[in-house]
This record gives sequence, C-alpha cells and structure tokens, in this order.
Amino acid sequence: QAGLISRSDSSSGEGSRARRAVERPGRHKQQGGRRRGAMSILEYNGSALVAMTGKNCVAIASDTRFGAQQLTIGTNMKRVFKMNDKTLLGLSGLASDVMTVSQKLRLQTDMYKLQEEREMKPSVFNNMLSSFLYARRFGPYFVEPLVAGLEGPENKPFIAGQDLLGASVFTDDFVVCGTSEQELFGTCESFYKPNLGPDELFETIAQCMLAAVDRDCLAGWGGVVHILTPTKYIVKELKGRHD
Amino acid sequence: MGDSAYSFSLTTFSPSGKLLQIEHALNAVNKKGKTSLGIRAKDGVVLATSRKVPALVDLEGFHKVNSVTDSIGVVYSGLGPDYRVLLKRARKHAQAYYRKFLDDIPTSQLARGTAQVMQEYTQAGGVRPFGVSLLIAGYDDDGPQLYQADPSGAFFGWKATAIGQDFVNAKTFLEKRYNDDIELEDAIHTALLTMREGFEGEMTEHNIEIGIIDSSRKFRVLTPAEVRDYLDEAAD
Repeated sequence: QAGLISRSDSSSGEGSRARRAVERPGRHKQQGGRRRGAMSILEYNGSALVAMTGKNCVAIASDTRFGAQQLTIGTNMKRVFKMNDKTLLGLSGLASDVMTVSQKLRLQTDMYKLQEEREMKPSVFNNMLSSFLYARRFGPYFVEPLVAGLEGPENKPFIAGQDLLGASVFTDDFVVCGTSEQELFGTCESFYKPNLGPDELFETIAQCMLAAVDRDCLAGWGGVVHILTPTKYIVKELKGRHD
Repeated sequence: MGDSAYSFSLTTFSPSGKLLQIEHALNAVNKKGKTSLGIRAKDGVVLATSRKVPALVDLEGFHKVNSVTDSIGVVYSGLGPDYRVLLKRARKHAQAYYRKFLDDIPTSQLARGTAQVMQEYTQAGGVRPFGVSLLIAGYDDDGPQLYQADPSGAFFGWKATAIGQDFVNAKTFLEKRYNDDIELEDAIHTALLTMREGFEGEMTEHNIEIGIIDSSRKFRVLTPAEVRDYLDEAAD
C-alpha cells in the first residue's frame, strides 16, 4: 500500500511517484507520523521555498535549515542562488544535489554569457534547467527547483517551478516547493495579492514562509528572502522560531 | 574513433607553416566553385548564387540557397555534397539549441558552431577539410547579419562579400556600390548587377538563385518568377 498512495493535491504528479518509490513497503504512511516511519530522499534534509511575483519585481524565500532527518545540523543553508542580474534559482530537496545542481547550472549560465555575449533570460534558463534535469531521467537529481526572474526589456516578472524530472509549471502568482509545500500552498493562497511593490512583497512572502515552516518539523530554523527588481537585488534575513 | 586505424590527422603543417590541405580546399572553392555573394542591407540580407547546370538537369527541387531555420539562410561555393553535410549539421545544431533553451539560435552562434565543425575536420583523424565556403544570412535581435565560413574554420562577419570563381572582381564591384544605408530592395538590385559582371552567357531566372531575409525575420528563396521581375528591373 505505501508505495502506491499518491497525495491528492501534490503539485508535481510525477515527482510524488519518485518520492514514494524510496519508502519501505508495508508501512502505512500518515501525514503526521513521519519521522519514525519511511523517509523519502527528497525529504531527508528538509527545506521550504516559495517564489512570488509583484509589480515589476519577484522574490524567492527559503528556510535555512539543514538537517539529517530529525537532527538539525546547520541553520545557515543556502538554497537560493543568483544566476545573473535577472534570474534567481531556488532549490529544494537533497542538500548535496542542491549544491551540485546550482554549481553545474552556474557553469552553464556563465559559459552562455561568455559564448553569446548576452545574459540568459529567465524563461530560457528555466528550459535549460528542465533539459538538464530530464537528461538524468533514470537517475535524477533529487531537487525540485524554482526559477524567478525579470524577463526581457520590459522586466516582466517570471516564475516557474519544476519537479525533479524537469516538468515545468508556470504561474502568474506563486510557486512553492519543499517539505512545507502543502503548508506554503495554504499560506500563499491566503495572503497573496497581485501587483505588490517590493516592500509589500517582502512582507507577504516572509509571513507566508514563517507561518508555513512552523507547521513543519523539517523546515525552518531561520529564513531568507531574495528580492529582485530591475534596479536592485536585496537579500533580507528572517527572524523566526528556531525549533 | 580513438583506436581507429585513422587516428592521425591528414592535414599537417608544411615547413613553410602552411596547411596545404586547407589551401587546396580553398582552391576547390575559389577556382572551381561557382560564384556566390551576400549583401547586408539595413533592413535585411540577400544571398545570390549561380545555378548553372548542364542542359538536361532537372532544376525542380535543386537548391543551392537553403534555410537553416526560419530566420537563417545559407548558400555556398564549392563542393555541393560537402555543403549538404554542413547544412544538415547546421540545421541539427539549431534544433538542438532550441530544444535546450526554447529560444531561437542567434545567427552569430549558428555561424560559430558551423565554423567550429569545419575547423574540426582540419584536425580530426582520417578526414579532409570541407571543400566549401558558406555564406550565412540571418535576422535576429542583433539585426540583419551576414557571415562567411571557410574550409579552415575561420568565420567573418561581412557587410557584403563574394566567394567562388569571380570573387575578387565581385568584391571590388561590391565595395564601390555598397553604403551603410542601403535598403534591401537596392541590395537585391546590386546583387544582380554584381552577378552579371562575371556571368558567362545570359543570366536568367533559371540559372541564378536568390534568397532574402527582411524585417519579418523569415528567410525565403525567391521563386523564378520573382527573380524574373528583379532581372527585368535591373535590365533598365
């Protein structure tokens, strides 16, 4: 039974299957009783990320916990990376793969800039990331990325999320991922409003993050918000519960 | 190809520092190849070539000017079969690029990639250089562009250039007539005049081929009827 239960409103259908695949058979999986039971490779380290659009700006928030199942090892884990002046990448999932994928993508982005003498657009970056992940279709990187950026000369806000195999979802408002995915869906759906300015967007995304991770034992222990506007790139640390 | 019996390059330096195979390839282009030329206007690019064939050849479906993508076209001088190989490689390169980035390949990147292939064939084991020079025309976010790629793998951006048998005279002719503000219609006219300069016999819409790309960013080969119209204009 355990291997075949799929969560009804999980954002990434294919990804759920991969998550289930690692569970031990015979354990009945409940929403609450996670830590003694089976663990999925995407939930081993714990993470929470959300990307949101505002008026001529985008933001990605993440928690900063680095754990080994229930043990917290670090409280300063970096999950959001600036790829170029117009693109931010957030990665949830296995910490080792978060590091590797961000490094390999940085290589691709930098080589593109040198070769083509122009910066990669966020939508192009998103597709490249998708190809990159799918290239490992049968032995994937255990990450679920978020891309946020400003597209083109008009700096139109762009966000997208993908599962670990590179299936993209594009929205106008927000995308979430990580162990607190469900919780983040709830807080974002409640608090989000379109066309917020950079300061309001920061407030909104910060509250969404803090409220969500408090209901998730694997995420939290600090947070950070990266805000990107046509002229500025701002990083703010969040003060939250450290438990 | 590492353990192949052909793991050595066939293109090696002569004592004088030349790569004779490349020189010979250039001869195949410029001594034996039919003349081709390209002109970059401020709102587009035109490619033209001679399409002289023996009398009984069926011209239907025979094209020297081809599109690589919707917004990039190419023409050659030299060995037709070698051209076909490069054309296929270039098309594949452009499609692979699109698949990876979901973005159209810039003309300069396509030219660079094709020239890279040509260079590899001057160093790889067991192969000879391509016996063609290519003229690549495209229109992208950086505007209209024209590139030439040589058998050596060298590639250059041009305002106007010619390759093949008559290229020296043609380039001189072009230099006199080119100006930075030239419009596409004038460029087509100039291309025809330049072609006619070195043309043996009568130049008709059947023995030349013209390709253009304008601000719509769609490359197309002109039909013989369209070429006829331009020829009639040029005859005045």
